[in-house]
Amino acid sequence: MPPALACIRSQGRTKTMYRYDQYDHQMLADRIAQFRDQTQRFLAGQLSDAEFLPLRLQNGLYVQRLAPMLRVAIPYGMLSSTQMRKLAFIADHFDKGYGHLTTRQNIQFNWPALADVPEILAHLAEVEMHAIQTSGNCIRNTTTDQFAGVAVDEVEDARAYCEIIRQWSTFHPEFAFLPRKFKIAVCGTQQDQAATQVHDIGLYLLKNENNEIGFRVLVGGGLGRTPVIGSEIKAFLPQEHLLSYLDAILRVYNREGRRDNKYKARIKILVKETGTSAFRDKVEKEWQLLKDGPLTLTSAELERCRAFFHDPDYKALPAQSSALETALNTDVLFAAWYEQNTSAHKKTGYAIVTICVKKTGFAPGDLDSDQMRFIADLAERYSFGEMRITHTQNLVLADVEKNELYNLWQALKTRDLEADNLGLLSDMICCPGGDFCSLANAKSIPVAEAIQRRFSAQHLREIGQLSLNISGCMNACGHHHVGNIGILGVDKKGEEYFQISLGGSADHNAALGKIVGPSFSQDEVPDVIDKIVNVYQQHKAPGEKFINTYNRLGMEPFKEALYGNKSDDHTTD
Amino acid sequence: MTTRLIKNGTLVSDTWVLLGAATDRDAVAMMHDRDVIVPLSFWLSEQDLISSRPSRTAVWLNSNETPDAIAGSLDKLALVALNFPEFKDGRPYSSARELRQRFAYSGEIRAIGDVLRDQLFFMRRCGFDAFALRDDQDIDIALSAFNDFTDAYQPAIDQPLPLFRRR
Repeated sequence: MPPALACIRSQGRTKTMYRYDQYDHQMLADRIAQFRDQTQRFLAGQLSDAEFLPLRLQNGLYVQRLAPMLRVAIPYGMLSSTQMRKLAFIADHFDKGYGHLTTRQNIQFNWPALADVPEILAHLAEVEMHAIQTSGNCIRNTTTDQFAGVAVDEVEDARAYCEIIRQWSTFHPEFAFLPRKFKIAVCGTQQDQAATQVHDIGLYLLKNENNEIGFRVLVGGGLGRTPVIGSEIKAFLPQEHLLSYLDAILRVYNREGRRDNKYKARIKILVKETGTSAFRDKVEKEWQLLKDGPLTLTSAELERCRAFFHDPDYKALPAQSSALETALNTDVLFAAWYEQNTSAHKKTGYAIVTICVKKTGFAPGDLDSDQMRFIADLAERYSFGEMRITHTQNLVLADVEKNELYNLWQALKTRDLEADNLGLLSDMICCPGGDFCSLANAKSIPVAEAIQRRFSAQHLREIGQLSLNISGCMNACGHHHVGNIGILGVDKKGEEYFQISLGGSADHNAALGKIVGPSFSQDEVPDVIDKIVNVYQQHKAPGEKFINTYNRLGMEPFKEALYGNKSDDHTTD
Repeated sequence: MTTRLIKNGTLVSDTWVLLGAATDRDAVAMMHDRDVIVPLSFWLSEQDLISSRPSRTAVWLNSNETPDAIAGSLDKLALVALNFPEFKDGRPYSSARELRQRFAYSGEIRAIGDVLRDQLFFMRRCGFDAFALRDDQDIDIALSAFNDFTDAYQPAIDQPLPLFRRR
């Protein structure tokens, strides 16, 4: 490739992200041409709805209640300022000026026209973005902890492995028509903010006694109608075998996963029906054929991929920042935001900032195009031009100097981005719900807002860390099973009702919530949450988080508060 | 009726007769001078009849049937057909790769059933080398499918090395 072209083509990403070479660019160009042709044949009546369906889904295109929905991939959540500006451009020119952050660290647009989609994909390709395999029964976007590479407690940076998996899974010829969708998460941090255990495959990076890098491999986790925590099938998979082992798992699943019933088609059902040990044996048998073959990762490839994710040009800074200390002592609102929305950084003098996209009165995870451009500018000014999307639908600026935090916060305030509720009850995961989605039983966004309005900032802070997740139907896009409090929209004789579960968790101690009892009407939900929180606050030991109090007390006192003695029904209605 | 078959990147006339799942001895006997593709159940139960035929006999596997069922006979099979009951059924992709990879089968692997233009590229990568298109498919449009992508990340039958070993 001539140097001038190489220069143009490397635009779109920062020098600490994976950057496309001519192969990656060609792959995208070919894909756009292919999808343009498919769309034209569909519009000309040469492809039936049923035949076009998986083709458009594998390009991120759903048909929703009001319009198509296009889901754009943000591989492992990493995004540059240039890419963010392109998303803002697409929101303005092909949508109604906003986008929605998803639990797969992607972004979706709710209003594009079908015929425009090939054009949108071409725009995305200019900044090394796409919508490949963001939907459909194939391997989806690989996700990771949003603090990868900057967390203080990291075993190993997961992003290089995520990129290796991205390439392996992109247009995998054998696994484009799986029984059902397939999600992989890789986690290299101690804390696990990636919900790794509820993925079809969850990979924990670790080091063995010889300091060699490998993975603990879990399979068969997932949410949806039948939530399951993944089971370990390999305690330590040396890193060079990553792809051959994934190939083996996928082949067993492709062959044996159920295709007779959509609701029993995920790998979690296969693992349950087969038994973990028998499933492991099948994978091992397949793996023997592939192990040490061409898919074995070479040290050159591992080095090549790791090299992209090097540290940015950090300054040598003192641990304490006097600018920060002064601001903390003089501005209580800033201090509140600092306390809640910043996290420790591996590099002295830096902080990780999470912009909480959960301000009351705004749909959770929605960003308008002005905010997108504004955040892109802030990322360039304060965080090396990069940001990350979190699976909780927020945005991270990973490398902010402590000296600059006050300036950053003041800037965020000018665009309604200063919400200081990160990790609190009002920082909910929430699906688009019945306002947009044709699958939903209920509208989730108004419920989220009613709950947000119920609690004052001070009350939220007193309650402390508590995850509340809302799904508009049992497909569980809002991860309600793993919220400390989960809310599920259900249909009760044509009316929208909400079922409450307690005790879920998505971290290293992943747990599935249990349903409290009969469901509630929409109007009742804020009261119900208030009562649950009251029980916690009455019983909590000093400093005890909601989830720990719940685990200590069990369901009974919560149930008592919600139903009195009326209900002894443990199951859903 | 002759099948519209793509092989080696071109439309070829084909003489094999595909016999359906309900094939019995009489049907095969009537075809004694024709090359036939029989279902797996027939292949497994009627070896005496098959070995006495003057013409060639091949076998087709449905998507729920696996190549190990015919592992012992692959050296005498000129052709194995893999059926797509519907195009969304991804199992035959794995069967084709297993035939090539695990069993080192070098004869023809033919895609039959719901074989559509937009799946041909992946089929070829997995080791299919003959494609009996569904009747309504446009041949010229279908032939262009093999050029959908210039390269690929993964190793497969058409390219045994992953891109990371070549880039």
